[in-house]
Amino acid sequence: MTEMQKRMQELISREELDRAFDARFPKEMQEKLRAAKVAVAGLGGLGSNIAVMLARSGIGKLLLVDFDVVDVTNLNRQMYFIPQLGKPKTEALTELLVQINPYTEYETVCTKVTPENVKELFSEYPIVCEAFDKPDQKAMLVRELLTQCPKTTVVSGNGMAGYADTNEIRTQQMMQRLYVCGDRSTGASEGNGLIAPRVAACAAHEANKVLQVIME
Amino acid sequence: MVRINGEEKNLAGKNLLEYLKEAGFKPEQVVVERNLEIVPKDQMGSIMIQDEDAIEVLRFVGGG
Repeated sequence: MTEMQKRMQELISREELDRAFDARFPKEMQEKLRAAKVAVAGLGGLGSNIAVMLARSGIGKLLLVDFDVVDVTNLNRQMYFIPQLGKPKTEALTELLVQINPYTEYETVCTKVTPENVKELFSEYPIVCEAFDKPDQKAMLVRELLTQCPKTTVVSGNGMAGYADTNEIRTQQMMQRLYVCGDRSTGASEGNGLIAPRVAACAAHEANKVLQVIME
Repeated sequence: MVRINGEEKNLAGKNLLEYLKEAGFKPEQVVVERNLEIVPKDQMGSIMIQDEDAIEVLRFVGGG
């Protein structure tokens, strides 16, 4: 646990934070969310937003995986701040998350995901969010998770570039253990890049499907 | 007949990897499910599509 996380726990107790969870939900929901373990692979526009939403929702343990550092081109859609430029995303994001929910357990791995380390990183996680950027990396991760981690459900993001209608972004079960969120066709391309609203909408779809899978 | 992404096609006997390329897919950007099993990437080139196969090709686009 970081110093910052300890400091946040001193500022607010677990009981206080628990009581502040929307009391209209049944108590069992909070308990299920706290017992849940979720991994987020890729901490860019999708992953950083997903992690923030899951921390706010009171998920018990989050695994955050990314190899990259915060870059100025991330600020248009990712949950980072100018003073964090150059910092590993795993570290920068945890700084934020502990200030939202210091009672979630955060594990971070600053590494590039490959077919060789997928099993070691993710097989203990019942739910993994695919939140990579490049199409070949997205396909690699989904393929390897579904073949190497037989108990894992995968929630993936596919198609959220530009600023077309966010209504086109939806969640669809594509395979037995695979849900895909996005418009499934709009890739980032010359003339149509990535910008905050649609990326966040897709991230919200992924985070919401995670909650549904936990509550099943 | 072969059912591929919901459409009936006459593809029996065809190599899976060749089909993907001809159909305009980049093999490294897709996940293929054949009869409810994910096809490992290194097997795409050695699988012959068989009559009655049910195949789903999920194509990923960039952005995240």
